[in-house]
Amino acid sequence: MRIFVTAMALSLATSAFAQGLPHAQIQTLEYKTIDAASVNNDGKPMVVSFWATWCKPCISELNALSDYYEDLQKTTGVKLVAVSIDDARTSAKVGPFVAGQEWEYTVLLDPNSVLRRAMGVNNVPHTFLLNGKGEIVYQANKYVPGEEKHLIEAIRAAAVGSSETTPAGTPNH
Amino acid sequence: MNRFAAIVTAALAVLSFGLLAQPVGTVGQPGELHAIFQFDGQAYVRDSILDPTGQYYPEDKFRGQGFATFTYTQGGLRAGMRYENYQNPILGYPQGFKGQGIPYRFVQFEQDGFDITVGNFYEQFGSGMILRAYEERGLGLDNALDGVRIATRWKNGLQIKGVLGKQRRYFSLGEGIVRGLDAEYNLPWKAGAAVLGGSFVSKYQPANDPELNLPANVAAGALRFNLAKGKWSLNSEYVYKANDPSFDNAYIYRPGQALRSTLTYRTKGFSVQASAKRIDNMSFRSDRSAQQFDVFVNFLPPTSKLHTYALPALFPYATQINGEQGGEIDVVKAFSKGSWLGGKTGLTVALNASWAESLQKSPVATGVPIGAIGTDGYRSNWLERGEIPYFRDVNVEFRKKFSKKSKGMLTLYDLRYNKTVLNDGVADAVLLANPGQDSLLTVRAAVAEFQHTLPNGQTLRYEAQWNTANGFRGDAVMGLVEWTVSDRWTVAVQEIYNYGHPSVGRRIHYPILSLIHFSGNTRIQINYGRQQQGIFCVGGICRVVPPSNGLAVSFTTSF
Repeated sequence: MRIFVTAMALSLATSAFAQGLPHAQIQTLEYKTIDAASVNNDGKPMVVSFWATWCKPCISELNALSDYYEDLQKTTGVKLVAVSIDDARTSAKVGPFVAGQEWEYTVLLDPNSVLRRAMGVNNVPHTFLLNGKGEIVYQANKYVPGEEKHLIEAIRAAAVGSSETTPAGTPNH
Repeated sequence: MNRFAAIVTAALAVLSFGLLAQPVGTVGQPGELHAIFQFDGQAYVRDSILDPTGQYYPEDKFRGQGFATFTYTQGGLRAGMRYENYQNPILGYPQGFKGQGIPYRFVQFEQDGFDITVGNFYEQFGSGMILRAYEERGLGLDNALDGVRIATRWKNGLQIKGVLGKQRRYFSLGEGIVRGLDAEYNLPWKAGAAVLGGSFVSKYQPANDPELNLPANVAAGALRFNLAKGKWSLNSEYVYKANDPSFDNAYIYRPGQALRSTLTYRTKGFSVQASAKRIDNMSFRSDRSAQQFDVFVNFLPPTSKLHTYALPALFPYATQINGEQGGEIDVVKAFSKGSWLGGKTGLTVALNASWAESLQKSPVATGVPIGAIGTDGYRSNWLERGEIPYFRDVNVEFRKKFSKKSKGMLTLYDLRYNKTVLNDGVADAVLLANPGQDSLLTVRAAVAEFQHTLPNGQTLRYEAQWNTANGFRGDAVMGLVEWTVSDRWTVAVQEIYNYGHPSVGRRIHYPILSLIHFSGNTRIQINYGRQQQGIFCVGGICRVVPPSNGLAVSFTTSF
């Protein structure tokens, strides 16, 4: 048991240094295959939110953030990437669904849960905040109304942090 | 303690491989570990109203199952494993899962567009109609391949994937070997996106049947394209499978075919989508005698809206793998703030209609019954309607935000549900021989949902649902109140009253009390109450859940 805990602690210590999204083949809404590792926000904070069209808390969360998104983009430069884990049954509906919600997010498709598995996402919603260096600085694997405030605080903190350590516009890869 | 020993050993193996081996290309790069733990357990209470004869009450009274998944990534190297323990799978889970072990472990290395995996992996070619290895843990589905996967990507937009392996079947592997090759090309088209793809999949299973000359190798091919320009997109996939006599198709030699096309027009605030599909004898498993959800090589997505509210979800549609044709239309319109319908805060209306029916079938020769064993089964005309209606669905959803603090949703449903086909699984040939014997239900339902944020930041969510059905379960009403006390605690109470069940003795109440606690990345949910007998679906795959009463606990955490 002690070995196990030590191993976990060791790996947790290393996880803090991880950079950006892992390699995983995902798709754009136009069904172009891209590597998730190539998705970044030029040294500014990036929110990666796993969701699905059938997941009500996910949609509530993305709608709640949508109210603040324009202002947040101006003040922090944050980008929100909404990764849909809808499978072949519902993935075709993601585009129309997003149109109906009028979201301004970058929406990507992960129809066979490749990126989801690589990032250790069990259920949706699961939201990560990556700072300008691509390190995961905040994550939440649920959404209850009002929780977006914690994420927004974390985004603001990450934006301050990244402007101190990384010159604006410097790519993190 | 053996369980722990297994986890520790495997975790250390994964970690030491990642941390110490330092293969070329990862030296000096930081590593990252993700893990997921989940446990589900249920203590059953004997309920003589719900289950008068006690046929569903398990002798062991308490059942539990869990798993732990670890994924370690360092540069282009990734390794992972999952330990699973199903001492006694909870009721409704595939009972084949009984046991424990490490049925999932892999090492993957990716560098310069070259990607190789040994061990277990998941994969999907195109829309999955020819090959899809995937997991749906909530339903107990996992047909991961165990073998080798190689994928390469070139800068010019070409991607080629090859897979070879056997499929997971609970805690062992299926008998057949699956081989697959897929190529996809992103055309250099500046004005839009154009993707072309093609797949070849073959399975091998030794055959020695005394009466039938069964093929040991069965091949399938698929072609697909996606085109997108401006507001329009069109995608389509066609699959052809050589003759594959199996338990599913009652050992006929007819080849299989599937076609699915979707046209979408999408602009901000408005979209229209139309899909059409035809599936003919497309059960594709790596073991010809497999049943239920075992060792499927492919996945045939249903084309109908996935209903998530409890009462309409009691009448779900699942793809009829032996044959069906149908279509779907989806229209979404957001009426913006200030417009006549939008009012002060906007209104979104979503209309959805779908249908599915049998294929038209005629005998292969006079005097040969449709679907006769050892024959080509039947003939079918693509342009004719089928005799048996399976499903029809028209639903409209209104979403309205009243203020920053409150929002509501109203959905109306009108369904035709062929219970004989979709719930009882009766084959076309039987229904064609006994016309008019199927039970085609008319189901109408309405669901209203309202959410309100209280001044102290707490949230209340209410659901009211009602459905009527001329047979089967009959009419029911449901209410739900969910109180989000804080971002750590949620309490919910729901009650379904099946007041119009055709059998008076089944007109019973199904109350459930739920308590959900979050702490960091840990979620604990406790439910106490009655669970209806029904079909439980995730992502369009459904399984039958027996009725039960008791205390259910679900624990999940991840990092």
